[in-house]
Amino acid sequence: MSSEYLVEVSHLKQYFPIRSGFKTIPLKAVDDVSFSIKPGETLGLVGESGCGKTTVGRTLLRLYKPTSGSIKFDGVEVTDKNIYGLRKEMQMVFQDPYSSLNPRMTVEDIIGEPLDVHKLYSTRAERHEKVMELMETVGLNAEHATRYAHEFSGGQRQRIGIARALAVDPRFIVCDEPVSALDVSIQAQVVNMFEDLQKQRGMAYLFIAHDLLVVQHISDRIAVMYLGHMMELAEANELMNNPMHPYTQSLLSAVPIPDPETARKSKRIILEGDVPSPLRMPTGCPFRTRCKYATEQCAKAMPELKDRGDGHLVACWNK
Amino acid sequence: MADYKYILDVQDLHTTFTTDNGEVRAVNGINFRLEPGKTLGIVGESGSGKSVTAYSIMQILAANGRISSGKILYKGEDITQWNSKQMAGFRGRCCSIIFQDPMTSLNPVFTIGYQLEEAVLLHTDRNKAQARERAVEMLTLVGVNEPEKRVKQYPHELSGGMRQRVMIAMALACEPDILIADEPTTALDVTIQAQILELMQELQKKLGMAIIMVTHDLGVIASMCDEIIVMYGGRVCERGTADAIFYHPAHEYTKGLLRSIPTTANNGERLVPIGGTPINLLNMPKGCAFCPRCDEAMKICLTQIPEEIPVGEDHLAACWMNVKKMYEEGRA
Repeated sequence: MSSEYLVEVSHLKQYFPIRSGFKTIPLKAVDDVSFSIKPGETLGLVGESGCGKTTVGRTLLRLYKPTSGSIKFDGVEVTDKNIYGLRKEMQMVFQDPYSSLNPRMTVEDIIGEPLDVHKLYSTRAERHEKVMELMETVGLNAEHATRYAHEFSGGQRQRIGIARALAVDPRFIVCDEPVSALDVSIQAQVVNMFEDLQKQRGMAYLFIAHDLLVVQHISDRIAVMYLGHMMELAEANELMNNPMHPYTQSLLSAVPIPDPETARKSKRIILEGDVPSPLRMPTGCPFRTRCKYATEQCAKAMPELKDRGDGHLVACWNK
Repeated sequence: MADYKYILDVQDLHTTFTTDNGEVRAVNGINFRLEPGKTLGIVGESGSGKSVTAYSIMQILAANGRISSGKILYKGEDITQWNSKQMAGFRGRCCSIIFQDPMTSLNPVFTIGYQLEEAVLLHTDRNKAQARERAVEMLTLVGVNEPEKRVKQYPHELSGGMRQRVMIAMALACEPDILIADEPTTALDVTIQAQILELMQELQKKLGMAIIMVTHDLGVIASMCDEIIVMYGGRVCERGTADAIFYHPAHEYTKGLLRSIPTTANNGERLVPIGGTPINLLNMPKGCAFCPRCDEAMKICLTQIPEEIPVGEDHLAACWMNVKKMYEEGRA
């Protein structure tokens, strides 16, 4: 069965067992999350630290084995058996360009490793040629090939990481905070590169980040997570201009705007308190402890993600 | 004590670090003045010397770093000439600093209360019981709930936002005249960042201290600074009010920086990045530090360091482009 979606995630749950005294209790990092990504589309995934956005990305590539739920890639259920082949189609770019590259390997070997794993060349010369091509694509000089990762700046390292992901010519890349560790002026270079590569190769992205302005810029649709739950999912501009979930509203109002005029006028909705611990999750809606609209209903059950028109999905009892 | 208008007056400050690869000139002659109760923002990328400037004021540089020349006048007195005992009195009571990472800047083996009391006992004549009282009072002030319980807890029992509140409480416990905040919200989530920024502004109104806000995030300083300094390569590129910097940037670096950040206004358009890589301080260009990355660079930029010239009311920029513009307008 083929479908219009490249990646389909339904009712994904990812619990981690945490030992507390004699008991083992589950840490619900991702709890019942469903979404899908079309070919060539960018889905932005935002949320605060600990909301489970990175876990979603890693579970998609089966770096974790999901507790329950299903992940389909191109209509095929992802399992432990077929994941090795599927990683030729799905790749990942990691957040920290400093720790995600092996310090003992040259750039050529880092970028060439996926080619080795998937046996995508017949001669050494062909491998070298492919690596050179990839380096050129991401804007690295050919003479960099024999150097080691520590000789590069953060932006260049991130380019190496991207070249490595591109090596197998994937159709889908999970980008886990790829620009968060970079300087502002370098961020724009990398964001542009992601956009150009998508245009050239028609890849789909799951773009995980906490910087909402960057996410809005690059995404077609944006999903908002809070404590392992999906709170809202909508087309990027719709979400930014017309946020419906109270959490999204406060998240957007908290974004510091680099414009003094707007910043003076805008009213921040300051959230009280902190994110609760995922080990002591509130009953019902996880956001209710900080939500000003919370009612009794919110404590009883988690609202479902419902369509409020034009594919604007919101999980809230009061909206 | 001499008469003073400025609580802090930094004059031609140079800070260098001695490394195996040679002298690293992190700060190359920066000047700024801070009036009591005002907020100064220092923005720049990593390696621009913004944090080193802050550390130079506090004299908490790493062992291989030193202030090689320049003056730092606190209430008219040059603190670079002070000995370590005088400096110990300066820190905390006159000027405090909060660091970027609240996870590592608190001592994990002592309770919150102990660490707060330590500052109070060291800098004031309060006794132990009064210090404990003060600790609770400060925690209440920064909005930590159940302060009596918190003073007995250890840093790992608190969340990131709470720890940063404790850091602020500690910094303000001895009522300093100046608070230096070095990327105070970079490690925090946006909703917590909003809380902390709000808190800092509120406390400034209540206690009247001056704030130096060091950050790389243009969004953070847009709303809360009286004056902004943009730094690059250890020098000041541009200084002015938030409106001047954001709406009439007069240095190519500031312009590039503003173009490269995504905003709601340029959504859908392609970002315009600044080319090249950040400056290598071991290998500084002879002329303008930004010259190798500048699209508008001229011959003079390669060889001569531009001086800061006024480009508007309370608005200065160090860019040869402005000099060129002045000549052109003068002739026309």
